Amino acid sequence: MKPAPFAYYDPSTLEEAVSLLEAQGGEAKLIAGGQSLVPLLNMRLARPTAVIDLNRIDGLSYIREEGGRLAIGAMTRQREIERSELVQRRQPLLHAATKLIAHPQIRNRGTIGGSLAHADPAAEYPALALALDAELRVLGPNGQRAIAAADFFVTYLTTALEPSEVVTEVRLPALPERTGWSVLELSRRHGDFALAGVGTTLTLAAAGSIEDARVVLFGVAATPLRATAAEAMLRGERPTEALFAEAGRAAAAAVEDALSDIHASAEYRRHLVSVLTKRALTEASSRAGAS
Amino acid sequence: MESEMSTRKVRLTVNGQPYEATVEPRTTLVDMLRIDLGLTGTHVGCEHGVCGACTVLMDGLAVRSCIMLAVQAGGAELRTVEGLGHNGDLHPLQEAFMDCHGLQCGFCTPGFLMSVCELLEHSPDPSDDEIRDALGGNICRCTGYQSILESVRLASKKLREQPS
Repeated sequence: MKPAPFAYYDPSTLEEAVSLLEAQGGEAKLIAGGQSLVPLLNMRLARPTAVIDLNRIDGLSYIREEGGRLAIGAMTRQREIERSELVQRRQPLLHAATKLIAHPQIRNRGTIGGSLAHADPAAEYPALALALDAELRVLGPNGQRAIAAADFFVTYLTTALEPSEVVTEVRLPALPERTGWSVLELSRRHGDFALAGVGTTLTLAAAGSIEDARVVLFGVAATPLRATAAEAMLRGERPTEALFAEAGRAAAAAVEDALSDIHASAEYRRHLVSVLTKRALTEASSRAGAS
Repeated sequence: MESEMSTRKVRLTVNGQPYEATVEPRTTLVDMLRIDLGLTGTHVGCEHGVCGACTVLMDGLAVRSCIMLAVQAGGAELRTVEGLGHNGDLHPLQEAFMDCHGLQCGFCTPGFLMSVCELLEHSPDPSDDEIRDALGGNICRCTGYQSILESVRLASKKLREQPS
């Protein structure tokens, strides 16, 4: 038996799940897709007293358009997001990022809420949530609240969720007109975690200059990271290759404490950030209709 | 909702047959299949979701049975490699793997077969890119993958030509 013993609960409502979390006093883990949690259990890196399963709760898996925004239920599987025509049409960046997540067998189980709550800094969804200004709806003992993605990721595997809160929904605002996007990453093998990745959106003004840009880095620091200096440098400028190269260098410089591990040195990760940022901005600019 | 620390009864269908087992919550699905149900066709490799040897179909979708809890499969319809052939005859997919040398030691094969099973049911005439994407989550240390790719191409052809 690989994991240490734990009690198992499979509530049928969110309210029961919250009560169970409260009763366990922060020592329980929620299981959504389990594609990150069960490996941690198997290696006994996680030893919760109880596992609370969200899979028997109805009504947490959906993709809806609501007032221009996309509302995605926390238990929606990554595979459903990948195959959703609505997502492809309304949030192509989310569609593209989903295809970068691991392998089909993992995406068949993995969920959007689980990926965000797990907050692996090398994962695609946390970076995308930041790039797209997502809002997370959560339920706790004191009711519902909303947390902006910008306030959600605290550090490695740590979020702004209180111990007894559950993510219930993710809301994504629609991309503005004349906005292009790109998500690029480099991993050692297809489907592995990214050594470094970049998610970007770029909005052009009618005159063709850059109105706004968002550059989010992942796999390089303790949380997904906005490269705000690179973003500021782009605003108001004409989209050119030289500008994107400069923004790439600024993005790399913004990663002060780049991760360094067996897979890649900090220096190499910074180099990847510079190259990927330039490529992503070029792709986003062309998608936005820049000539 | 139950809360036993000790054990829990799981009822499910595997390859069309009803099964029942009493397991601890920490039992992984693959351990229940192999140890409690005696279905040892599904192999256990890395036990943390990387190698794909333990891939089975749950309600038609390929999943890694080493990173699912057995208790989560209650009420599910599973399919494993044992369910592919009929009365000693190999499934066309298995024949294709044999014809194209899609295996050598065979340890990874049950996982590959089930991953490909989902692919071909969803997409009967896949492109090479689609095949590679579907195989990406399974590791083989013998074949170098090219013969597996060829096996899947042949299996797709065999299944499409098969009178239904």
